[in-house]
Amino acid sequence: MSTQLTISPSPHISADSSIPKLMYGVIIALMPAFFVSIYFYGIGALLITFTAIVSCILFEFLIQKYLLKSKISISDGSAILTGLLIAFNVPGSLPLWIVVIGSLVAIGIGKMSFGGLGSNIFNPALVGRVFMLISFPVQMTSWPKPRILDFSFTDAITGATPLALVKEGLKNGEQFHDIISKAGISYSDMFIGNLGGSLGEISALALLIGGIYLLMKKIISWHIPVSVLGTMFVFSGILWLTNKNIYADPVFHLLTGGALLGAIYMATDMVTSPMTPKGQIIFGVGIGILTILIRAFGAYPEGVSFAILIMNAFVPILNIYTKPKRFGEIKIQSKE
Amino acid sequence: MSPVVIITIISLSSIGIVSALILYFIAQKFKVFEDPRIDKVEEALPSANCGGCGFPGCRNFAEACVKADDLSNLHCPVGGNDTMSSVASILGMDAVAQVKKIAVLRCNGACEYRPNTNIYEGADNCTVAANLYGGDTGCEFGCLGLGECVEVCDFDALYMDEKTGMPVVVEDNCTACNACVEVCPKDLFELRKQGPKGRRIYIACRNEDKGGIAKKACAVACIGCSKCVKECPHDAITIENFLAFIHDDKCKLCRKCVPVCPTNAILETNFPPRKPKPEIKKEPVVDLKQSIVAEGKVNEPEAKNNSNKETSDNN
Amino acid sequence: MLKTFSKGGIHPPENKFSVDKAIEVLPLPQKVSIPIAQHIGAPATPVVNKNDEVKTGQIIAKSAGFVSTNIHSSVSGKVVKIDKIVESSGYKKTSVVIEVKGDEWVETIDRSLDLKKEITIEQSDIINKILDAGIVGLGGATFPSHVKLSVPKGKKAEILIINGVECEPYLTSDHRLMLEKGEEVLVGTKILMKALGVTKAIIGIENNKKDAIEHLISLSKEYDGIEVNALKVKYPQGGEKQLIQALINREVPSGGLPIDVGAVVHNVGTAYAVYEAVQKNKPLFERVVTVTGDSIQKTSNFIARIGTPVSELIEAAGGKPDDTGKIVSGGPMMGKALNSLDAPVTKGTSGILLFPENKAHRKETKPCIRCAKCVSVCPMGLEPFLLMTLTQKRLFDKVEKENALDCIECGSCSYTCPADRPLLDYIRLGKSNVSQIIRSRNKK
Repeated sequence: MSTQLTISPSPHISADSSIPKLMYGVIIALMPAFFVSIYFYGIGALLITFTAIVSCILFEFLIQKYLLKSKISISDGSAILTGLLIAFNVPGSLPLWIVVIGSLVAIGIGKMSFGGLGSNIFNPALVGRVFMLISFPVQMTSWPKPRILDFSFTDAITGATPLALVKEGLKNGEQFHDIISKAGISYSDMFIGNLGGSLGEISALALLIGGIYLLMKKIISWHIPVSVLGTMFVFSGILWLTNKNIYADPVFHLLTGGALLGAIYMATDMVTSPMTPKGQIIFGVGIGILTILIRAFGAYPEGVSFAILIMNAFVPILNIYTKPKRFGEIKIQSKE
Repeated sequence: MSPVVIITIISLSSIGIVSALILYFIAQKFKVFEDPRIDKVEEALPSANCGGCGFPGCRNFAEACVKADDLSNLHCPVGGNDTMSSVASILGMDAVAQVKKIAVLRCNGACEYRPNTNIYEGADNCTVAANLYGGDTGCEFGCLGLGECVEVCDFDALYMDEKTGMPVVVEDNCTACNACVEVCPKDLFELRKQGPKGRRIYIACRNEDKGGIAKKACAVACIGCSKCVKECPHDAITIENFLAFIHDDKCKLCRKCVPVCPTNAILETNFPPRKPKPEIKKEPVVDLKQSIVAEGKVNEPEAKNNSNKETSDNN
Repeated sequence: MLKTFSKGGIHPPENKFSVDKAIEVLPLPQKVSIPIAQHIGAPATPVVNKNDEVKTGQIIAKSAGFVSTNIHSSVSGKVVKIDKIVESSGYKKTSVVIEVKGDEWVETIDRSLDLKKEITIEQSDIINKILDAGIVGLGGATFPSHVKLSVPKGKKAEILIINGVECEPYLTSDHRLMLEKGEEVLVGTKILMKALGVTKAIIGIENNKKDAIEHLISLSKEYDGIEVNALKVKYPQGGEKQLIQALINREVPSGGLPIDVGAVVHNVGTAYAVYEAVQKNKPLFERVVTVTGDSIQKTSNFIARIGTPVSELIEAAGGKPDDTGKIVSGGPMMGKALNSLDAPVTKGTSGILLFPENKAHRKETKPCIRCAKCVSVCPMGLEPFLLMTLTQKRLFDKVEKENALDCIECGSCSYTCPADRPLLDYIRLGKSNVSQIIRSRNKK
């Protein structure tokens, strides 16, 4: 025979999906939020995002080439995504050198030290963010006020995030609705993104658009976002109903801080989330409860990143103890 | 000293003492009597936990040794006779010396002798491939070259030869633990007597096809011509399903069968080189007299190309 | 909402190129080689000898046990040899090779094409008739049909399900059969209902075969108890357990058989073969085979005699394209890659699929990113990634505990994996090892 036939076990066709496609899908879904960040934070947002992405790719390349001496896989989009998420998780006025260090920690410690994509336990972007938050608390918590379409390099006026304002105010014995009205924060601003906060988390609208895109493309499943946000809503709602003065209302919790960014884009990170639907729901519920606990009773005003990282650690055990329901597991009595 | 420190010291110490007492009583209550010889025997064993003895681990083997009345049915292939005699001395029994065995690969169908007929593109696992189809050559009995045996070998006694695409047994490391024999889907490994100075003669083929078909698929296949059977002065060779087999309990390593084989399917290892005999040269020119290579004296250019895998490791 | 099964599933591109090609009769080959093991179970025992003259439809190998069936000659001519011949798998299997001379059929076969509606056969004779005719499941699994019809003691068949799903991409043989031989399929269904003593039958057809659904619905009005149901297009709906769940919403218990929930599933091809066997006295020696592919000239649906070399079918479909890189017997999801064109058409050959070189290869395996897509598509609710890892680590007792034996080998996991990992390859390995362990455990 002139040409040799290929022999392989079935199936002989495969879906038109690949790791880069999944990664770039998430990146596309993050684009609306990216544009919103440029709209409100101008050139600073662009610079931080660019620095984070470039340094993530560079560190991954260097580590793979010189430390691990393995195949270079920077084109699979995972490093770009990590960079983008790091940028989305920092304030718009963060010095670029901190962004570079954060990227190094995210890629080097968060990802490559575990063996690269697929082997890491914790979400790399969040490892980077938490590292920066703990190491550079001042820079990481000075939030520039949003200035619409201002591309100048002048130092921005800093403000605080709604969550920080509320936390501070409650500590001083003020009441929740007084703080909100005093600060002049409206829910519509929170929804659109006209408020202080990390680059990517400000606009609930943009994040929701991306989330719908991800769900439609079947890149993520509904389990984690719905369970995280649902739990946050219910749990904060219960607290709010017990005392409307010292606890923020549930809508406020969902619209501020990293709730949506975390629930839709970071908790759903494939590598660090459980693989079974049941596990994903428990994972989401855990994140929701921990977030509200940290926000309401903890020292930090925001708790999504800590909550996700803590629940990441439970993923292996969730995978072991939450099995999907097998087909034919329960014998169905066939009597008509 | 402030009272805090004192209270701390007292409370921590008392917790420690109470815990120690609890542990002590529990340990007393649940003490299991074990024959102390089990520990001793286990210490004497190689701790490879390879399962070559037929038990799941060294501990189980040690227990079996202690329970057994005599050691004739128990043998640790990894430790060999030395280990068994020390086990025997611990237990006050006699060790039954067993002949040291070694795994041999009964296929010699490297790429050059066995042309590919198709391309395999599945998981890199022999059993997966074997369950799927006969193999990527015309021979359905031969080595698939995907290295599952290398994966299961706990002793680094196997590696894949890039050139031939087949596994190679590292004689010094092989403990005859039987793992490769069990895993090979084509049953190509056999434990044979290691032989004096590692000298062995065996038929490196499992092809049960008729001579013509076998020969077409692989240049070094046994074609069942029974020339070796006639040549053997010790009746050590039998033929079944067009395939010869040398019984190593009868073989006296006289080497007479090797040159008569028309396809060079009989391999001899670690022998001194023969005097070159040009008259037994055949087509295709496949010279597998590895002894030549083993001694580093290459008499013919062909011999170099066909250096046998097994011996090259001993050098 | 159309019915479908509840768990997992995928929707690969359908690529049913040959859907409007009417069934053609393939010219007789010069020589056929008929393997004696074309079904699941014990190979049949040859009852002819070398140099015997045989007629088309004559029995050449007898059933050797309960799970086994008869093999008939598909041509008339002389037996030239009975020998081990390299089969599609590359392994040698005993086959009967017959040199074709003319086409003389056994006299008892009714060769007319008239539809024979009245079912005169006694209920008790049907199973024997089906065994005599050597009928096996023609969907691809080739399980002897008479075994499925022999309901074990203590179980009761309540409903017959006819599988017209044809969920595999590319294949169209069942679709064409339903369109062209719809009435015969319905009579065959009636016979099967009589054999089982059930009053209800459902024919399940995926909604991408709208013409077949309409055709059978209009025909089925004359047949009591036969219902035609359209199903949502989703692979692997043709799996027995999936189809039962989709149509009557009963879950076959793990390790159980369809009869445990009172259902018996047969393929439309089988129903047609039953019609021919019972009404026309014609044993199973030919079947509809789809020949298709992306670059083949003339995609076709042939009626081919069992034992015809695959090369003849490809020749009749315009020849093998130069860029052919892989030839698959069956569908792209569960079919078997052939390594030789001399391989014969067997009872289980539903299609011959030619892939061009650029589609013949697997993509490179990348590390698992734990995206859990395999878990979400598995129709049996298993965790393919876990089964693969456990198998690679040779932890077969754990593989067993994770219900590996429930796997129906549909290939959805490997299909969907974005890292192109050979999940099913390893699950099969795990399954075969687990079965071995169970067998040796049962021996003890």
